Amino acid sequence: MILLSFIVLIPFISALVLGVIYLYDPTKPREKLYATIGVTAPAISATIALVIEAKLLSMDASTVFYYKLFDWIEIGDFHINIAFMADRLSAVMLFFITVIGTLIHLYASGYMKGDSGYGKFFSYFNLFMGSMLLLVLADNPIVMFIGWELVGLSSYLLISFYHQKHANVTAGNKAFILNRIGDFGFIIGLVVLFISLEGYGYTFAEIEANITLIDPTTLTLIAVLLFVGAMGKSAQIPLFVWLPDAMAGPTPVSALIHAATMVTAGVYMVARFSFLYNNTPDIGEFIALIGASTALLGAIIASFQNDIKKILAYSTMSQLGYMFIAVGLGAYSSGIFHVFTHAFFKALLFMGAGAIIIALHHEQNIFKMGGLKEKLKWVYIPMLIATLAISGIPPFAGFFSKDAILITAFSSGHHSIWVMGTITAFLTAYYMFRLLFVVFLAPSKKAQKLEPLPNSMIVPLLILAVGSATAGLLGVPEALGGSNLFASFVALPDKPLHIPHSTEYLLSALNITLALLGVALAYKLFARAVHEPLNNSAWRFVVVNKFYIDELYTLLIVKPLLILSRLLLYLIDGKIIDNIINLIIYSYRRVGVSVASLQNGKVRYYAFYILIGVSFISTSMLILLGGF
Amino acid sequence: MIPEQFFIVATLLFSIGLVGVVSRRNIFVVYLSIELMLSSVNLLLVTFSRIDQSMNGSVMALLLIAVIAAEASLFLAMIIQLYRSKRSLDSDHFNLLNQNKGDL
Repeated sequence: MILLSFIVLIPFISALVLGVIYLYDPTKPREKLYATIGVTAPAISATIALVIEAKLLSMDASTVFYYKLFDWIEIGDFHINIAFMADRLSAVMLFFITVIGTLIHLYASGYMKGDSGYGKFFSYFNLFMGSMLLLVLADNPIVMFIGWELVGLSSYLLISFYHQKHANVTAGNKAFILNRIGDFGFIIGLVVLFISLEGYGYTFAEIEANITLIDPTTLTLIAVLLFVGAMGKSAQIPLFVWLPDAMAGPTPVSALIHAATMVTAGVYMVARFSFLYNNTPDIGEFIALIGASTALLGAIIASFQNDIKKILAYSTMSQLGYMFIAVGLGAYSSGIFHVFTHAFFKALLFMGAGAIIIALHHEQNIFKMGGLKEKLKWVYIPMLIATLAISGIPPFAGFFSKDAILITAFSSGHHSIWVMGTITAFLTAYYMFRLLFVVFLAPSKKAQKLEPLPNSMIVPLLILAVGSATAGLLGVPEALGGSNLFASFVALPDKPLHIPHSTEYLLSALNITLALLGVALAYKLFARAVHEPLNNSAWRFVVVNKFYIDELYTLLIVKPLLILSRLLLYLIDGKIIDNIINLIIYSYRRVGVSVASLQNGKVRYYAFYILIGVSFISTSMLILLGGF
Repeated sequence: MIPEQFFIVATLLFSIGLVGVVSRRNIFVVYLSIELMLSSVNLLLVTFSRIDQSMNGSVMALLLIAVIAAEASLFLAMIIQLYRSKRSLDSDHFNLLNQNKGDL
């Protein structure tokens, strides 16, 4: 199935073409050309992806499309192919990466208007999409890892896109370095996996078939190490600190990172290795616990932020926590379903936020906005739908996916995880409606002249609004009269739930009630005239400063590392190693001078050397030949 | 005849000549030492010729004496030339081959 390779290659090729055109003459304004190439490439990928998905839909659940591009490494029994594979899990990822990715590209063509790096931006953007597609279509973990790294690279390039400002470069570095820590765990995990399989499996299918060859202890180690990779990419505790800083990039980048690519990679990876995680339930619980803590932490911090993009960033972190609760507890299809619905509403929220920021001349503080309901009607309506969706109000998308996760958490018996998830659900509704009310409903402080928004920014919002409203209907659970089409489509090895329908109704009702309570609280506090809250209490102060986690990391990791590096530089390297090398140099020169002094040009010395040489030779000959 | 006595004399002559070349700085003395070594070789040639009961070695020795005489004239001319160039007979002054500038 050669079409598979086109999905991946087209964004890469267009990234290359855009890069070459841009570098040929960076100053020449060619926005039309760049936008045409940059948006067409993902659109073609999306079309091909839809064709493949339509085929998969009509076929048996175990159908896997496969295409081998070429042999990459071939040493003895060791074969690594550059090959692509699309099963139903990949197809789901493929769908939202390409479709939502294309919409974000379209939006970016409006958002980036007038930027001097327009061509560069689209080149990076296509590279980002291509890397993510490589990641989800990889047929073996090594190719997946290449995609994984390329995603890290392109996110770095895009986060520090406005590189004239030092803070943005730092943010890019931070994202890259924290991802590296995760990637380190990931690659060690892969190496241990390959070693313990002793050559019986390099592709996902072979690994799955031979997974029983590995003893449980090693399997646990592999599961943990792979999850460390997921922690980095998907911004889980303790590697989440890069995500809020990643807001330094242009807003379409945030939309792409948070919705369609990058952060979902970790969830996808755990779901892809579901056969492995099903054999290590302890690690699954650990993942779920990390997920729940991340969800709660993200929600608490988001409730106290004032920057519109920061709120959304922490909200992403919190929603990713939900996804890890699901995949950790073995409800892989629920996790992927939440990835799927989240992609719609989070892309929409970020693009809406970007539209507001552009309209208000790059104002990001929500308390300086207000009263935009009438002026930005076509941003308000999609944002309202997305907010309803993320808050879990039926029948919008987020309700079904979040409900499925919370029901899984409840029925798994880990009530602490369930409690954290439920509190997060309440907080989610609160902080999202806080954002919505402050920005759109609260009266504005001063009359502002708004920047007009191009259609290319509004149309994607409307399309995604439809998606956010309806995507959840794909996964209506049996308890609510549906048949959970989504779960039966992805066909992942979920753990069965043992829970009566009545409990499910009760849990859903509880979730809806809590969400509505959150909305009500936000309405009471923020729908009327609001002022930027002062950080007057100790608690607020701590939360607004994100629990000082960045400072804690600086104190515990960065500082000791710096001190150690300085110590190594000045003491070990400067004093010991340099001196050893200087001593060696000195002795060579000394020996050289001594030998050179033998060659003094005086004939009688030369004769003397001959005398010594001849005496030595004749003496030794006498001894050897037995003269004495 | 006891050849060992001749060998010892030849060895002594050669050693005295060699030590002279190595230890003395006056070019004349160096030249004399070289001549001494040549004489010891001549003595050896004649001794072996006698032991072998053949005239080959003696003929060689006679030839050598002629060559040494020719060489002596060449050598003396060279010494005069050396003295003219440096106004010195000290062999240590003729060290053009010296590469060692003594730097460290």
